[in-house]
Amino acid sequence: MDFRLNEEQQMLQDTVARLVRGEYSFEKRLEFSETELGFSADFWKQLSELGLTAVPFSEELGGFGGGGVEVQSVMTELGRGLCIEPYLQSVILGGGLIGQAGSDSQKENWLAGIASGELRAAVGLQEPQSYYDLNNVETRAGKNGDGYTLNGRKAVVIGGHCADLIVVSARTSGDSCDASGLSLFALSPDTAGVERRTYPTIDGAKGCDITLNNVQVGADALLGEEGQAGGVIEYQAGRAIAALCAEAVGVMEVANDLTLDYLKQRKQFGVPIGKFQVLQHRMVDMMSELEQARSMAILAASVADNEQSDERRRVLAAAKNVIGRAGQYISENGIQMHGGIGMTWEYNFAHYAKRLIGINHQLGDDDFHLERYASLLQAS
Amino acid sequence: MDMNYTAEELAFRDEVRKFLDEKLPEDIAAKVKSFKKLSKEDHQRWQKILVEKGWYATHWPEEYGGVKWTPVQKHIWDEESCRYGVPRSIPFGVNMVAPVIIKFGNEEQKQKYLPRILSGEDWWCQGYSEPGAGSDLASLKTRAVREGDHYIVNGQKTWTTLGQYANMIFCLVRTNTEVKKQEGISFLLIDMNTPGITVRPIITLDGEHEVNEVFFEDVRVPVENLVGEEDKGWTYAKYLLTYERTGLAGIGMSKAALSHLKQLASRRLKNGKPLLEDPSFSQRIAKVEIDLTAAAISNLRIIASVEGGGVPGAESSMLKVKGTEIRQAINDLARRAIGPYALPFVEEELYLDYDGEFLSDKDAAPLSAQYFNNRKLSIFGGSNEIQKNIVSKMILGL
Ligand SMILES: Cc1cc2nc3c(=O)[nH]c(=O)nc-3n(C[C@H](O)[C@H](O)[C@H](O)COP(=O)(O)OP(=O)(O)OC[C@H]3O[C@@H](n4cnc5c(N)ncnc54)[C@H](O)[C@@H]3O)c2cc1C
Ligand SMILES: Cc1cc2nc3c(=O)[nH]c(=O)nc-3n(C[C@H](O)[C@H](O)[C@H](O)COP(=O)(O)OP(=O)(O)OC[C@H]3O[C@@H](n4cnc5c(N)ncnc54)[C@H](O)[C@@H]3O)c2cc1C
Repeated sequence: MDFRLNEEQQMLQDTVARLVRGEYSFEKRLEFSETELGFSADFWKQLSELGLTAVPFSEELGGFGGGGVEVQSVMTELGRGLCIEPYLQSVILGGGLIGQAGSDSQKENWLAGIASGELRAAVGLQEPQSYYDLNNVETRAGKNGDGYTLNGRKAVVIGGHCADLIVVSARTSGDSCDASGLSLFALSPDTAGVERRTYPTIDGAKGCDITLNNVQVGADALLGEEGQAGGVIEYQAGRAIAALCAEAVGVMEVANDLTLDYLKQRKQFGVPIGKFQVLQHRMVDMMSELEQARSMAILAASVADNEQSDERRRVLAAAKNVIGRAGQYISENGIQMHGGIGMTWEYNFAHYAKRLIGINHQLGDDDFHLERYASLLQAS
Repeated sequence: MDMNYTAEELAFRDEVRKFLDEKLPEDIAAKVKSFKKLSKEDHQRWQKILVEKGWYATHWPEEYGGVKWTPVQKHIWDEESCRYGVPRSIPFGVNMVAPVIIKFGNEEQKQKYLPRILSGEDWWCQGYSEPGAGSDLASLKTRAVREGDHYIVNGQKTWTTLGQYANMIFCLVRTNTEVKKQEGISFLLIDMNTPGITVRPIITLDGEHEVNEVFFEDVRVPVENLVGEEDKGWTYAKYLLTYERTGLAGIGMSKAALSHLKQLASRRLKNGKPLLEDPSFSQRIAKVEIDLTAAAISNLRIIASVEGGGVPGAESSMLKVKGTEIRQAINDLARRAIGPYALPFVEEELYLDYDGEFLSDKDAAPLSAQYFNNRKLSIFGGSNEIQKNIVSKMILGL
């Protein structure tokens, strides 16, 4: 048994770490966040030039053939820098859905672009009524000649405001919560009838809601077989959950470092506040939460690319549950122990705290995954 | 044991309800109830109405325009006003500096400042905290040096709530560096328009401008603005903190927030059913409602003991801790109730006059921001750790 990264994985992680350290100061991040694009095009370019956007793709696509652990290495470092580039959306989710469901020609059309970073994808899997249930889809795709007509609304599509390609789920048959009858479509946001309402998110990124109003797409927009996308969506959301867990670990590491440092620096009553036992123990609890989270992120990464099974489902639900709880604990107690300073925009801690809460609202919060896990409990 | 209101108390409650039915402006109540932004003008408009009714200064003696409410009456007011959506009173003038002036100030100060608080001519802010003096407030360093008829003030205050609206600030300043730190502090009233004062905004994590830094550079403050005696400010400050602490449990506000949460959860869907009917979510709400029920009774027990002539002691510290935890738990659930929509920050929807289409629920926009903003509840007014220190020292003898 060996939990260490191998040499290649370590090099990968070091590469991302160096890049983030060099290019992603907290001040710069605030600036990136306020641009219209909502992140740094330049940093995105550097990610792609270093081959990082290609990490999970096969070698034929110019990729790295990376699995869960490689993705984990990248995501943890992006988390440490609070990077707001749409890596998760484009590379992991967009690339993942097309890679799993797409035909050879669709892959040829889009995957190489996603891997090289030239094409940015976003995914619309949630809807206003869906909460976190990705089977809860009311957007309809009706047959129209060779193609389809899409009507409906996709909710909180992070990165959707600037994506070149948007992958959406839509129902070609069945009732709104059925796992069967779901299909995936890849379309350009410039298609007539696609309307986007863009907004910043509480954790510094940008996203949009997308209304699809009689949007006509050709048969070549359909990814995979009609009505068969439920399993693909679940599988790729699972990979994304593993990636989010890895990101969260990076965010927590820095949040804890900042808090520990503050406990040593900040003096009240003539001593560093870290001398007060109640804060010492809370800091210890924050460290244990991080350890729990790290273990689950590792476990999640190890199953992310396995064949689908209840065991994979359980692990991913468990991981996201732990990450959600640990994230909230670290976020709230970190703010508390910083006192007023922890509440300010100008100091970086609050932004780490907000990202941790934000992660809990992506792909299901701790309650959602607790329930999911409970539904998969084994009798013995 | 009798947990019911007396006939007079019930009559008072009816009077309160009648007043709020008639006089509370609808737009203001709507903002409060759905956590939309309130302007300075909203606060002033409401203050005027309260002053007219004679219900603004509930801690003051009648001779200064106050009204003598019993603790139970104050409680009834708190409950009803929160339920109706009355704006949180800005306490710095009416509930903070005024009681100090009334108890420790001279006649001239009373004549000058109290009417101006009532009329709204003065907007006060609180200059206690400093970058180096938070929980350890007594270590404050802002210096006031006597020079003839003036104090020359140099230093910095921080976290000054709504200082951007204020024209007056009450400050704790150091007038003596030779003695124990608590014994060299004075209580000064300072006009914010005096040359040498700079106010700089601090933006909080939710993007809000609510607190400020206030810098003092050779600010000349007339000696007549000293309250009470020089170097005795700490006593006055502590007197004021007891006023601050009693309201901080926020039971009435938690009740209002809980009711808002339940309405929200009855509109939001999970598996096609209202979240309020979802077994796990409804249990989460039930748990916080149960905690709130207990805290509300604790609150009443404190009120009854004060009514009977007792002094709220460390019980109010315990209640502050519980009350703020409950409020934060409600905010946490409200954010959870909107699921993925906790992520968008839709600034335009924070205003009542927004007339576009709502991104999701009409009340969703402020919820995440409010969750983050209310992390302050366990930090200010004496952090929850400090409150527990007080309890362990004062009650437990540890
Ligand atoms: C079932 C059982 C089996 C045991 N078996 C063995 C054994 O085989 N061999 C053996 O040598 N001993 C054994 N012990 C003894 C055990 O190691 C002691 O109980 C333990 O060290 C605590 O000591 P104490 O009971 O005197 O409690 P105390 O040390 O008096 O502690 C009382 C409380 O104060 C807390 N406390 C103490 N100091 C601090 C501090 N600095 N900061 C914060 N909190 C503090 C403790 O956490 C505890 O909650 C056993 C005890 C139990 C209950
Ligand atoms: C939104 C907001 C509005 C405010 N408005 C005002 C205002 O209008 N006027 C004003 O004067 N002040 C105001 N304050 C300041 C507030 O009173 C202080 O933030 C508070 O006293 C805590 O001080 P601090 O922020 O310096 O934290 P610190 O005192 O540095 O505390 C940091 C952490 O250490 C803990 N700690 C400190 N000492 C101990 C101890 N002995 N034992 C255990 N734990 C300890 C604290 O509980 C906290 O978790 C406001 C603060 C906020 C956040």
